[in-house]
Amino acid sequence: MAKKLYNEPSPLETKVISKRWGLEGSETLDVYLANDGFKAFLKAREMTPEAIIEEVKTSALRGRGGAGFPTGLKWSFVPRTSPKPKYIVVNGDESEPGTCKDRLLIEYDPHNLIEGILIAGLAMDAHKGYIYIRGEYRFVIEKMNKAIAEAYARGYLGKNIAGTGFDFDLYTHSGAGAYECGEETALLDSLEGKRGVPRMKPPFPAVAGAWASPTLLNNVETFASVPAIIRDGGAAYAALGTPKNGGTRLLCLSGHVNKPGVYEIPLGFPMMKAINELGGGMRNGKKLKAVVPGGSSCPILLASECDIAMDYDTVAKAGSMLGSGGMVVLDEDTDMVAVALRIMRFYAHESCGWCIPCREGTTWLRKILQRFNDGGGRHEDIALIGDVAKNMFGRTFCALGDAAAMPTMSIIQKFSHEFEERLAKQGSGLVSING
Amino acid sequence: MAELVKVKINGQEFEAEKGKLLIEAARENGIEIPAFCYKEGYSLQAACRMCLVEVEGTPKLQVGCTLPVDVNRDGTPMVVHTESDTVKAARKSTLELLLTNHPLDCPVCDKGGECELQDMVFRYGAGESRYTERKVHTPEKQWSPVVFFDAPRCILCYRCVRACNEGMGVGALGIGNRGVVAEIIPNKHDHLECDECGACIDICPVGALTSGIYRYQTRPWEMNHVGTICTHCSDGCKTTLGVRDGEIMRGNNRDSSGINGEFLCVKGRYGFDFVNHPDRLQTPLLRNAAGGFDEISWAQALDLVSKKFTEVKSKNGKFGVIGSNHTTNEENYFLQKFARQGLGTKNIDHHRTGDLATLFDALSGKTDALASMQDVYTAKAVLVVGSDLAQQHPLLSFQARANYRHHAAHIYAVTTGEVREDKQAVASVRVQKGGELAGVESLRDKLKAEANLVIVFGDTVQGDALRKLVAFGDSLGIPVKYVGLVDYSNSRGAYDMDLLPRDGGLSREQMLAAADLDVLWVVGANPLKSAALASKNACVVVQDMFLTETAKAATLVLPAASAYEKNGTVTNVTGEVQKLKQAIKVMGTKTDLEIMGSIAKEMGLNLGIWLPEKMLEEIRSTVHGYNVALPVLSSGAAVATQPLNGKVAALPGTIGSAGDTLFTSGTLGRYSKTLNSVMEAPGSLYGGKDH
Repeated sequence: MAKKLYNEPSPLETKVISKRWGLEGSETLDVYLANDGFKAFLKAREMTPEAIIEEVKTSALRGRGGAGFPTGLKWSFVPRTSPKPKYIVVNGDESEPGTCKDRLLIEYDPHNLIEGILIAGLAMDAHKGYIYIRGEYRFVIEKMNKAIAEAYARGYLGKNIAGTGFDFDLYTHSGAGAYECGEETALLDSLEGKRGVPRMKPPFPAVAGAWASPTLLNNVETFASVPAIIRDGGAAYAALGTPKNGGTRLLCLSGHVNKPGVYEIPLGFPMMKAINELGGGMRNGKKLKAVVPGGSSCPILLASECDIAMDYDTVAKAGSMLGSGGMVVLDEDTDMVAVALRIMRFYAHESCGWCIPCREGTTWLRKILQRFNDGGGRHEDIALIGDVAKNMFGRTFCALGDAAAMPTMSIIQKFSHEFEERLAKQGSGLVSING
Repeated sequence: MAELVKVKINGQEFEAEKGKLLIEAARENGIEIPAFCYKEGYSLQAACRMCLVEVEGTPKLQVGCTLPVDVNRDGTPMVVHTESDTVKAARKSTLELLLTNHPLDCPVCDKGGECELQDMVFRYGAGESRYTERKVHTPEKQWSPVVFFDAPRCILCYRCVRACNEGMGVGALGIGNRGVVAEIIPNKHDHLECDECGACIDICPVGALTSGIYRYQTRPWEMNHVGTICTHCSDGCKTTLGVRDGEIMRGNNRDSSGINGEFLCVKGRYGFDFVNHPDRLQTPLLRNAAGGFDEISWAQALDLVSKKFTEVKSKNGKFGVIGSNHTTNEENYFLQKFARQGLGTKNIDHHRTGDLATLFDALSGKTDALASMQDVYTAKAVLVVGSDLAQQHPLLSFQARANYRHHAAHIYAVTTGEVREDKQAVASVRVQKGGELAGVESLRDKLKAEANLVIVFGDTVQGDALRKLVAFGDSLGIPVKYVGLVDYSNSRGAYDMDLLPRDGGLSREQMLAAADLDVLWVVGANPLKSAALASKNACVVVQDMFLTETAKAATLVLPAASAYEKNGTVTNVTGEVQKLKQAIKVMGTKTDLEIMGSIAKEMGLNLGIWLPEKMLEEIRSTVHGYNVALPVLSSGAAVATQPLNGKVAALPGTIGSAGDTLFTSGTLGRYSKTLNSVMEAPGSLYGGKDH
């Protein structure tokens, strides 16, 4: 019996990590076990850690959290022979506007995530893991806790897992509502009970992460992709995608399309096809104006720039990023001044305040954009917005400042005419200048 | 010695230690890379982004305060530009961003003229602002009687947080909220419960943290800055007194040039205000027939004292002389000379707060066995015995903590209660009073394995126990140095200047108990606070700043100047001599040296010229170990002394610390309004409970 999902699956999808999503009881261990569950773990138990890492390297899996760093390479950085305890930390902070996939992986198929974590545990000689889930996902945390409890009860977590002699303890940890805690080192500080601000790198978490111990930190989707890679082989997984962009990933399609939703597509899937076929085309027959390809921090692409394949390298070449898979489609009626403001309101609200350029820059930009949007714009503001964003870019402690600067710079660069039009409309009436 | 590599900064090639932070390597070669959040000795933040520099081969600007110097991958030297157009533009932009919400109330801000943000904007900033939005504003907050916080001025460099947490070991400051409204917050929600040391105020580069007693009182350039030595505990911190029109406006650590470096505690910073307490004596007082006091002139007073002293001396009467832990070496030297040569008495003593006599005797035959203040910072291991350093010797506590932070020194504590050192300690042993030696013994194996050791011990280790402690140190087979703790700013000097009842002289207690005492002369001490005077007919002459219990019982009271009102030298707990510089003058008072000199003159005694410089000359040529280098002393530095080992094997009388806390300081503390206002339950200062 099929269960109702948030959105109808599409025949265009390549279902690897979402293949169990429609099954009734997909979140239970029984359904998981009946559908390939824990086969990969048992296989990995027979493999050497080196072989597991090699398999992940072969899969050409890249981090699904946003940066797209090759996962196998990251795994190889963890000093497995360190006398310190090793930790597996799962980034489920999912805070990037436009991104809504990790919650589904946990809601629909939590045991797959557990299995991915266990395989990482085998590869790292780690025996403890933490799933850090954003605080707003209270119901998701509860679902994960339920799955963990079930896995413990059935011997798939804890001592001597599935009779293999491997021990592993897994915990969830709730975030407290800070976007910054999606940054891996801020996440670790938060996990340790501190204020969530980014750490200096180096040392990288692989060497000194949670409690200054070697830590493997990946996104929920990255870990969720691991069982399939081990079960069916890295080469088979890699073949689903394009060279250096292995496998499939979840596309969180939102905005002005007819069928928004989360779809699993192979890397290299054409962007226009995603909009027109997966997404069922533009809503109300409107024309496409622009696309935010991978979450609000990515530079915006003009409609004319969207005829590209969605893999990390191609999108980067087009001047943006595949990011965390949060694709926002904007139609011709979209007011880009309002878009810029909405994005900056988010980043000004979420800036952790640690470093000056981000703390002061995001709020300054938010205030200018608010004034501009309210009809108090000045011609010099257009250049000023671009300049302040440019002064933030590349100079902040972590990537949050860049995340705020990049879309802003791209909007000013590509849509300055819309700002000019606003000025023309607002005429010469007196306006309040306010924060 | 670390490996040296070549680095090219602004076209000049230098050699620098591999791995040294670029900002330090540049500074060593005379190139300043500006920074707010970087503070030498504290953890790295990389938050202010002022120190961004251009490094050839890297596309983004690099953070100078966290970038270690190294050669490039191809072995060529790192090429750095710290003043290129790109770098200057980045600094200007950072400052522009900082000023967006900074209130620019410089004309009334305490920090105006001493502000690092002002200086940076002057050098790199823009003359005009592009910011036209409303600034974020929150009202100023008072966190304690002495600490105010003005959040809008704060640039969030986190120096205060680190100074409090890492430097002081208190951790009373943190960060609340986020983004543009992130701000520094105190440990008790709306107020501070801490050491009230004010390190946060000193280290603040802007006017965000201000001092409750100094704020809005003056402009910094209206003051003269007098670097002198704090007159409270025996650690000997330099405090810089800001003086305007003969009034001390503030104490701070203006140039961090003393043995205390950046450290100053609540007493050094605020404890100067006793000088203008309304109860301060400003005229000599003579006991009248009704039992009260009459004000008399200095001429009358000196005449009366000299006649009395001459009379008692001529009839071979019994004198008792009690000196001070606060007066200068010159004054103490003059006093003992006056007693021994002028009055012909051996009855001279002071309130001995640590058993220095036994320590120096036990160390006979050893050289280099006394630790300096620096040794506590550099030793591989520090053992604290029977003292709560954070309360009684805050600088020693700071030094040990800094040693732990910077050199991973091993700290050990053998104390009766919880101490702040517990946080860093390899081992903490709790003992009953008197059980210190057994506690130390239990650490034998650990201590034996150390490369060297400094033992800091309090007044409970005295006499036999102290000899056993030294024997224990000898038995470890490693170099061991000692710090014998004493209470006050010149306790050590009082010992060294021989205010001691040796060769059969009466101790303090014996003088007070002698029914036939003719004259009790008390210079800057309060022996009658806790004891009665047995002799009913004794003439009691007291030199003091206040009408203490002893002064109240006096026949004649002579108003004395405080340490902040005189020149001279004092010797701290680790035997280092430092110069006092006169900051102010209080009308009607005289320095103790001048009072004693004037009495001597009236009596027709020739005890030498009673000027501090002349007395120091005599001390240098006659007191063992005090032949200190004058140029070094004059430059404001501390000069080590070596006491005469085995001068006296044993002395009569008792030894005991007054047990002052961080917020008390004997008589001086009682008359300090600020110290009284900040006084809190000292027990709450320790970790584990509230923090």
